[in-house]
Amino acid sequence: MDFNDSKEEATFRNEAREWLVANAPTAADLNGLDDMGQAKLWQKRKADAGWACIRWPKEYGGRGANAMEQVILSQEEAKVKAPNTGFFSIGQGMAAPTMMTWASEDQKKQYLPKLASGENIWCQLFSEPAGGSDLAALRTRGVRDGDEWVVNGQKIWTSGAQYSDFGILVLRTDPNVAKHQGLSYFFLDMKSPGVEIKPIKQISGASGFNEVYFTDVRIPDAQRLGEVGQGWQVALTTLMNERASIGGGGGGAGFEQIMKLAQRLNIDDKPAIEDKQVRANLANWYVRQSGLKYTGYRSMTALSRGEIPGPENSIGKLVGAPLTQDLASFAIDLMDQAGILWSPESAELEDIFQSAYMSIPGLRIAGGTDEIMANIIAERVLGLPQDVRVDKGIPFSEVPTGN
Amino acid sequence: MNFEFSEEQNLLREQTRGFLKDFCSPKVVRASLEANGPFNQELWRKVAEMGWTSTVIPEEYDGLGLSYLELSVIADELGRAMAPLPFSSSVYLATEAILAQGSKAQKEAWLPRLASGELIATFAMAENHGQVSPKNLTTTVTNDKIHGTKTPVPDGDYADLAIVVAQSSKGDGASWYLVDLTQSEIQRAQVRTLDPSRSHAQIDFNGASAELMGTDGGGWTATQNLLNRAAVLFAWEQVGGSDAALEMAKEYALGRYAFGRPIASYQAIKHKLAEMYVRNTLARSNCYYGAWALNTNASELPIAAATARVSAIQAYYFAAKENIQTHGGMGFTWEFDCQFHYRRSKILAVNVGSERQWQDKLITAIEQTSAA
Repeated sequence: MDFNDSKEEATFRNEAREWLVANAPTAADLNGLDDMGQAKLWQKRKADAGWACIRWPKEYGGRGANAMEQVILSQEEAKVKAPNTGFFSIGQGMAAPTMMTWASEDQKKQYLPKLASGENIWCQLFSEPAGGSDLAALRTRGVRDGDEWVVNGQKIWTSGAQYSDFGILVLRTDPNVAKHQGLSYFFLDMKSPGVEIKPIKQISGASGFNEVYFTDVRIPDAQRLGEVGQGWQVALTTLMNERASIGGGGGGAGFEQIMKLAQRLNIDDKPAIEDKQVRANLANWYVRQSGLKYTGYRSMTALSRGEIPGPENSIGKLVGAPLTQDLASFAIDLMDQAGILWSPESAELEDIFQSAYMSIPGLRIAGGTDEIMANIIAERVLGLPQDVRVDKGIPFSEVPTGN
Repeated sequence: MNFEFSEEQNLLREQTRGFLKDFCSPKVVRASLEANGPFNQELWRKVAEMGWTSTVIPEEYDGLGLSYLELSVIADELGRAMAPLPFSSSVYLATEAILAQGSKAQKEAWLPRLASGELIATFAMAENHGQVSPKNLTTTVTNDKIHGTKTPVPDGDYADLAIVVAQSSKGDGASWYLVDLTQSEIQRAQVRTLDPSRSHAQIDFNGASAELMGTDGGGWTATQNLLNRAAVLFAWEQVGGSDAALEMAKEYALGRYAFGRPIASYQAIKHKLAEMYVRNTLARSNCYYGAWALNTNASELPIAAATARVSAIQAYYFAAKENIQTHGGMGFTWEFDCQFHYRRSKILAVNVGSERQWQDKLITAIEQTSAA
């Protein structure tokens, strides 16, 4: 049991580090570019040198690297000051693995390299107003018309739809069979006529998500992934990758930051960190954060041995998001009456806790609510039975609906 | 990156689990509980024959000279089986204390007999209510004679030897003494505790002979170091118990039907068990970190030990109480085994210092590390 790289891992780490240090964009490179421009520049540079999406096969723009090498590259990339490439994460992390499994060889060659290089950005069109936790209850209709499908309906919570080139989506192609059987999976050009995108304003004031409306949008049948009626199975490929990619988040509001805050602020004219209740709370967050970190190390060990990490990996978001929420809330309390101040100039530690407080509620819902994640652990890890389902075995069109 | 046990260590786990399944079933735990102690001597003899008591003792003292990773595996399994044995007292505390502070003569005198299991030893620290500190210690040693009362002392009713924390006018205010508990100037009586499957005693020292171990006035620092080491091993017992409690709750929930279906299909139960799983997983991963720090004598040991300890206390408490809850009324009966975990989790939670104390130690260790 040790934290050191194997010989091969150390060699790879050195190689990656040298390239990253030599090639990370300079201030001059990035001058005048917006966030997207910076991200695209960096992604392209990585792709040209074979450092983008390194786990993918070479012919699709990758490097054929193993999972442990991906972990090492991410660790090293975090150490250099490189632009944030989060714009590409849905396309590369969710759409690409789905294409890899379900698309034709020609499609893979056509679309995957441009996903790797950041030339194309993809979004995911799954959730609907009536299909959230119960995703398979989605209603957006796809009706076949020759070699095309005509799409009408509405998607929601689509991150990055406004700047995406393509989208993956699940449609109801047969409402007269049982819920999961009537779905089919497609990808489409987001510039297609009839696609309308409206931003959703969140409680934080930001707009990371969109509503996407479809009015007689036409998708070629060639862009269907999997058989007609097989959409749920294809969607599961995407979802498995989604849950691995959404972490606890919190914009840097973690244990180290609240520790710093507690050392800086006073309670009863003494540093807050001397207060026993503060210490107990901080200790509780530390042990949870630490537990996640070392659970991650155990997963990495499995990866480095060529094994698939166990389901313990699925607890990251379930633990991380509520932890950050509680920690941010307590940090605001520590600031007392000034805790409500929310701007980088006036708040302690540049308002990271206020920002985290206002953004975390979304993370506890995105990609599977806390409750759905608990169901997944109960059913897939512990092997407990599913809840009774009143919609099972009846045509979707006869399933009771509320408001 | 290698943050897992080796193949050999996993093999040891299988053997340990298999052995305890055969010889330390819940019936054995129940027998100790109902007999009100003392420990299961037959099981102790077998465990000693397996070499578990000698795991980390160097070969020169007749030990196996294995690492703390092997001892962690054994602790995990003993915790899972809730073994009614003085293992934590004799191995995690007394043996560790002698290894850390004993003179060559003291090591030669005691370690071979501890390794073989013929001798059982304990660590006597608590003096009744509240947290012990050098300021409130009342046990004294004058001219090598010890006076005072220690209670509760784990396994103190039958241990042959104790390392006793006593007052000192020097240094950090405390010293360690080796005391032969079979002397006539010692009275001891079993005390009633929350978990009769693990004996505890009150020991009155009335001028028995005591031999200084380590530095006079270095006993408090030595105690803190010892507790950091023992905390990791206690945490392994706790996560072993937590997993067993989760499994017990799961089996019951799958077999128990209400309103026409298994209660395991209700989200109220599923989410409860998922929460147990999450807490157990976090605590177990922290125990890996603790085991690594203990085994490599890393400077991070105070942080790693407190981290493992706090999360393991919390995980086992949660699993033990919610296991009873999952069982409903039957879980509250004497007949069912749920009580074992509920009792044991609390004993383990306070034996080497409470959650509150370890939360405080953790933040202190973090402050010291960032100041260094």
